[in-house]
Amino acid sequence: MSRTDQRGVLVDLGQERPPLPAKARNLSPIVPRASIHGRALVAVVAIMTFLASMTTGAVLLVSASAAEWQSDVASEITIQVRPQSGRDIERDTAAVTEAIRAQAGIVEVKPFTKEESGKLLEPWLGTGLSMDDLPVPRMIIARVQPGTSLDLGALRARVTQVAPSASVDDHRAWIERMRSMTNATVLAGIGILALVIVATIISVSFATRGAMAANRPIVEVLHFVGAGDRYIANHFLRHFLRLGLEGGVIGGGVAMLLFGFSESIAGWFSGTPVGDQFAALLGTFSLRPSGYVVLAVQAVLIGAITAVASRQTLFATLNDVD
Amino acid sequence: MVRFENVGLRYGLGPEILRDLSFQIPAHSFQFLTGPSGAGKTSLLRLLFLSHRPTRGLVNLFGHDVSQLGKDEIADLRKRIGIVLQDFRLLDHMTTYENVALPFRVMGRSESSYRKEVIDLLRWVGLGDRMDALPPILSGGEKQRAAIARAVISRPQLLLADEPTGSVDPTLGRRLLRLFIELNKSGTAVIIATHDIALMDQYEARRFVLHQGRLHVYE
Repeated sequence: MSRTDQRGVLVDLGQERPPLPAKARNLSPIVPRASIHGRALVAVVAIMTFLASMTTGAVLLVSASAAEWQSDVASEITIQVRPQSGRDIERDTAAVTEAIRAQAGIVEVKPFTKEESGKLLEPWLGTGLSMDDLPVPRMIIARVQPGTSLDLGALRARVTQVAPSASVDDHRAWIERMRSMTNATVLAGIGILALVIVATIISVSFATRGAMAANRPIVEVLHFVGAGDRYIANHFLRHFLRLGLEGGVIGGGVAMLLFGFSESIAGWFSGTPVGDQFAALLGTFSLRPSGYVVLAVQAVLIGAITAVASRQTLFATLNDVD
Repeated sequence: MVRFENVGLRYGLGPEILRDLSFQIPAHSFQFLTGPSGAGKTSLLRLLFLSHRPTRGLVNLFGHDVSQLGKDEIADLRKRIGIVLQDFRLLDHMTTYENVALPFRVMGRSESSYRKEVIDLLRWVGLGDRMDALPPILSGGEKQRAAIARAVISRPQLLLADEPTGSVDPTLGRRLLRLFIELNKSGTAVIIATHDIALMDQYEARRFVLHQGRLHVYE
């Protein structure tokens, strides 16, 4: 039985009551949705999420492009046959080509002819130069079957046996340098991301403190009507989580749109010298679908971080308000 | 229900605002609290509402020594107390209906379970046609009635009212006094802090008079 039933309803002092409205009322939220502090918090989280997403996206792009270069380069070996007095370079080149073809794991061998070697030097030496007058080495490019571990020592021995002036380069030094550069880029990206997240937490804490100061009258009234800290904190937490997610979705969404847009721009410029340079450096400048998933998860994560940071600030503030 | 023994209160390092207060408020009792401005009426109400802790002495509320209570226990005790403050403390983003229904909402009750009670009370205090109005567009008297309705809606065991008829005309003042008397008859102990001698003369009740921080009780 309710307390009203036990005590009886209040005595009406003589007014005719119109019938009660039957429809349920939509109750306003305990914490008002639209406020200057709320909008400031959304803006802070949106900017931070945007910066974090750009950092993550750039790191993902660089590591994907670097992985592509590495796999391209690692699947190739270059053999250089130098001219040597007393030896026929054409014969040496043919012998080396045959020796490489016989090696297991090699799927394609392309020896460069004298004319093709000349073309490679054209950017430096110009056209119309007779290659017969220059000791131009001959290049042979061999493509290795992906996933095969090539016995480079045996190949080197076989090649130098047929042509003592030949050298084999598997680009290991270059790959190592590339790997170091990529790792440094990824580490720098993670560092920037960590800084952005720390800055987000600090900004959110200040924004929460400001929002709580603005909402202090609400907290006091809730205390007056018997609400405990947990009840108040839950309502504010829901409020801040919603604001955080809103900011996360805006910041992350704009970053994703920008990556999608840059992909289109790269497509428009393909074939132009600038576009080709970009394509050589960063591939197609496009994030993979998994990259977009990472950005979406990151946006939600930043929203959640906002809520957790707000929660800590909330309880600290509630202890001061009574 | 309420017991004060040698209670003193000071703010910071300032002088004692309240000195050696010793009194009891039994259940179902009715009392006026009066005294000149600055005598400490609001401070005493805040002590009773547990928003201040005494600097010294014992305050026992509903059988609990308040100095031993944690925040959650204080919140639970406050659910048994209704308070009407001079500055009303209505939430500006909520309608009059929502402001009055707030104690029920905090208790976790569904809107349909309290709708009739809230609407009945709002009509009774003359705010039937202002249920959907927001506090910033209410007059001072309307705000006061809304604040009183919020304080009494959950039928508290103890009602504290600070100048509850300060912003209303004498007719409505009498009507509000009737509301407090009805509440008292249904079991609520009532303490009304007021300067209004005419209001006090309308009802025979105990008078607490605060003067220079000391309390004199006239039965």
